[in-house]
Amino acid sequence: MKKVLCTVLAVVMAFVCFAGCSAPAAEGGNEAVGSAASGDTIKVGLLGPYTGDLAVYGLAVKNGATLYFDKVNAEGGINGKKIELISYDNKGDDAEAINAFNREVDEGITAFIGDVITSNTIAVAGEANAVNMPMITASATAEAVTVNPDDGSVYTNVFRTCFIDPFQGEKMAQYANEKLGYTRAAVIVQTGNDYAAGLNEAFKAKCEELGMTIVAEEGYAKGDKDFNAQLTNIKAADPEFIFCPNYYEDDGMIVKQARALGLTVPFLGGDGWDGVVKYASAEELEGTFYCSAYAPGSTDAVKAFEEAYTAAYGTDTLNMFAANAYDAAMVMCAALAKAEETGEAPASDAYKQAVIDAIKTEGASVVGITSEAGYTFDANNNPIKDAVIMTITNGEAVYKETF
Amino acid sequence: MNTLSLILRQVVNGLQSGSIYALVALGYSMVYGIIMLLNFAHGDIIMVGAYAAWFCLCGFAGNPILAIIAAIFVCVLLGVSIEKVAYAPLRQSPRLSLLITAIGVSYLLENLAQLVFGAGAKSMPSFMPTSTISIGSIDVSWTAIITLIVTAISMAALTLLVKKSKMGKAMRAVSEDTGAAQLMGINVNRTISFTFALGSALAGIASVLYCAAYPQATPTMGSMLGLKAFVAAVLGGIGSIPGAMVGGLAIGLAEAMVSAVGLSVWKDGIVFAILIVVLLVKPTGIMGHEIQEKV
Amino acid sequence: MDKIKKPLPMLLRYAINLAIFAVFLFGVNALITGGSVPNYYTKVIVLCGINIILAVSLNVATGYLGQLPLGHAGFMAVGAYASALFLRAVPNLPEFVAFPLGIILGGIVSGIFGILIGIPALRLKGDYLAIITLGFGEIIRVVLLNIDSVLGFNFTYGAASLKNIPKYTSFFNCFLCVGIVCFLIHTLMKSKHGRAILAVRENEIAADSVGINLTYYKALGFTVSAIFAGVAGALYASYLGILNPSSFGFMKSIEILVMVVLGGMGSMVGSIVSATVLTAVPELVLRAFSDYRMIAYSLLLIVVMIFKPSGLMGQYDFSLTGLIDKARMGKLFRKGKGKKEKAGDK
Repeated sequence: MKKVLCTVLAVVMAFVCFAGCSAPAAEGGNEAVGSAASGDTIKVGLLGPYTGDLAVYGLAVKNGATLYFDKVNAEGGINGKKIELISYDNKGDDAEAINAFNREVDEGITAFIGDVITSNTIAVAGEANAVNMPMITASATAEAVTVNPDDGSVYTNVFRTCFIDPFQGEKMAQYANEKLGYTRAAVIVQTGNDYAAGLNEAFKAKCEELGMTIVAEEGYAKGDKDFNAQLTNIKAADPEFIFCPNYYEDDGMIVKQARALGLTVPFLGGDGWDGVVKYASAEELEGTFYCSAYAPGSTDAVKAFEEAYTAAYGTDTLNMFAANAYDAAMVMCAALAKAEETGEAPASDAYKQAVIDAIKTEGASVVGITSEAGYTFDANNNPIKDAVIMTITNGEAVYKETF
Repeated sequence: MNTLSLILRQVVNGLQSGSIYALVALGYSMVYGIIMLLNFAHGDIIMVGAYAAWFCLCGFAGNPILAIIAAIFVCVLLGVSIEKVAYAPLRQSPRLSLLITAIGVSYLLENLAQLVFGAGAKSMPSFMPTSTISIGSIDVSWTAIITLIVTAISMAALTLLVKKSKMGKAMRAVSEDTGAAQLMGINVNRTISFTFALGSALAGIASVLYCAAYPQATPTMGSMLGLKAFVAAVLGGIGSIPGAMVGGLAIGLAEAMVSAVGLSVWKDGIVFAILIVVLLVKPTGIMGHEIQEKV
Repeated sequence: MDKIKKPLPMLLRYAINLAIFAVFLFGVNALITGGSVPNYYTKVIVLCGINIILAVSLNVATGYLGQLPLGHAGFMAVGAYASALFLRAVPNLPEFVAFPLGIILGGIVSGIFGILIGIPALRLKGDYLAIITLGFGEIIRVVLLNIDSVLGFNFTYGAASLKNIPKYTSFFNCFLCVGIVCFLIHTLMKSKHGRAILAVRENEIAADSVGINLTYYKALGFTVSAIFAGVAGALYASYLGILNPSSFGFMKSIEILVMVVLGGMGSMVGSIVSATVLTAVPELVLRAFSDYRMIAYSLLLIVVMIFKPSGLMGQYDFSLTGLIDKARMGKLFRKGKGKKEKAGDK
């Protein structure tokens, strides 16, 4: 019995291995032709970590974008053509991201929403640039995603709907100084995370410029759950507020542990704080400020988005990534609609170039969830959108002011 | 806050996380002692325990006692069934095959948890007093005190069980020489299952304490915790019960101290560096030799 | 037919294998450059090649030397960063000069780390060796992540990733490396030194007592393993064009170990087949399972191990010329099942 099973297994494995090697030669030619010829659907690629410890961000982006594309399809599609989504998991791994992206290109995508994690996105951006694929990321905030850091050249095909890192750090330093009148800051930041590090660098530089002092700067590594040691140090340094530019799950944990240690000063953060209210109690979070583009429940459009999202996917991943991805899909659909007017076939080079051009021109008229004023892109393909300051009172994030 | 109380405060921080590491390390150590397996799925058993506790706390009006019982029950059930399904058929196989199976089980649990509970972290409602108590010049949270007490009781009970009970004797015999133990009439399979049950029960306790200190449950929370605990077990001398305790506390204290002096980004590196130095000086770990009783 | 007793002469064996390998290499390369292989499949095949080098190199330390290192990704990272930094530093050198130099540099630097880590680590045995190499691997990762803040200037770029690495890795140069690595390891294992390494695996005390220098041969096996991991790292760096320390964590080491054990410890062809299968299956087959992909992968691991604990190939090593010999001698009918093999490396 066992022997038979082993044999079967071995044969299956050998077969799969063989198939893996020979498949390209067999299928290759047909597929490239087949994809170019299909004119009745528009294929859009999605990519992100849907498994592993980064899955919460990947799934949020996937769900947010899918929600809008489904809506467009339900309303009849673009120019009568349905949008077909091709979505793959990359586990947050650079090599998988590149492979999966190329698979999507081979399957004939015309436009691409992704990637999610910054390093994956930079890896994919290089590949996307080579085939001039229109690409909008909803979550990769590092400057290097759209700009080649070595020579300063801009990847003309890559756009984003999220803020870049330095912007938020500077905003919060200014806000703390000018509006709240603080001068003594402490920082707790996840090192090895370029979002947090980017905000932190900009924050510190701005603080110095404004004459504020950083009384304590503490770091922690990815996956850390115990912040007591760092917070004990911060407490000893006696700051007026703590700048905490991390993502909400860590933020919630940090606030809880800070309060347990008797550290009562307010926290300030970036848009990573959105969603924190699920992870700490109302009194622990009271008086927190963060800047964001996504103000939950603020307008009817936002409420409608949240209701639709909750109905489709629950509240597990309803956060700013989902909102930014919804906007990215919106911008992309506007651009696709414009590109359809050219009459080119989807996935052709001329069509892709038309989409890229249209993203720049059509973005401004899109009324996004996180940017009512639309998406105008600057010279580096970053969106010009307002930051709002959110504050948490009674366990709810409320709009404070536009700053 | 003066320097001394700052140091004392950091020591308490270290002891709190160290006791959780110690409880987890015990599970690793006992399993290793008895079937020479690095049970990579052990960390994920804790993850499942944490979800069980979360489920209870949200579902049954936040009754902490019920949550602890549920976590322990689920962990024991899971640990024993993993042993029966995935490890028992491989008892005569090369040890590395067993290791790969354990890795497979670990992946499986993580991905199943994501499928069932979603990728986002589940926030644990508070179920322990959040106030602090002043001891001398320092404030200590009740969670820290409870963690230390529960850990101490668990370890004392475990030591008694292993030293005095008949099953404990059987465990020691099997870990000493499986073949001879079988000849003496010990039911080896039952003993191994019992060891898994015991290790998993400790994991269940650890998961509740972990959730009290760090109130979130995520599908991947077990992997790093498991790795650190594994390091703790080796540091203390794998297979040795007091070693696991010493190793766990040592890792916890080392982490707290490294973070306290502002080197927290180097924490993992320094923990491993300590491990390497200890192993090079004393290749069997801190208590690997003196303590003969292996479980 | 008369019974032929003499096996094929050595030179002819090499010639046959070389010819088959050359046909494979140039044949597939012609298909790819001719444009009949979609980009995606090319990428997956190249990744298979890189993983083959990783698995085969780890197999030297695990299968042949009988140790259990869990820090293989660390060596890969060292090779990757060494080569990437070199390639970024010499943008004007033509590819055919720069890339081989980068690969060799990656191998050498990684080999130096192999010696430095191997000599103290190999004093330990079994699981203690496993955990200490795991420790070294993690330390390498943490250092790569944080070294910039100590140096005060951008060197590895830490979490922000090392970007704009020239993308030189192609099917041709990757599989050329696969062939060379497999050939070198094969000849090493057939040499006096290789047999000494096997003797150490089988019984250390016996090996010691017949005059084999244990420390030397352990360090040798370990270092060879590290060198080729560095080569794979160099290929990986130029394959991705971007390096992030988090790619080289503990899970990467485990992934490579899984390939070796699943293929069968000490079987080079096993490592090759299982590296190919474990790279290609999640990409080509399991993608169809979408959200259940990783669940299918983990179940596959468990099931294969339960039903075939010694790995798919055990210690069996495929030899094409051996097969020809057997055919000539009329002994081919003992086993009915022929096994597929990709690179004719024996």
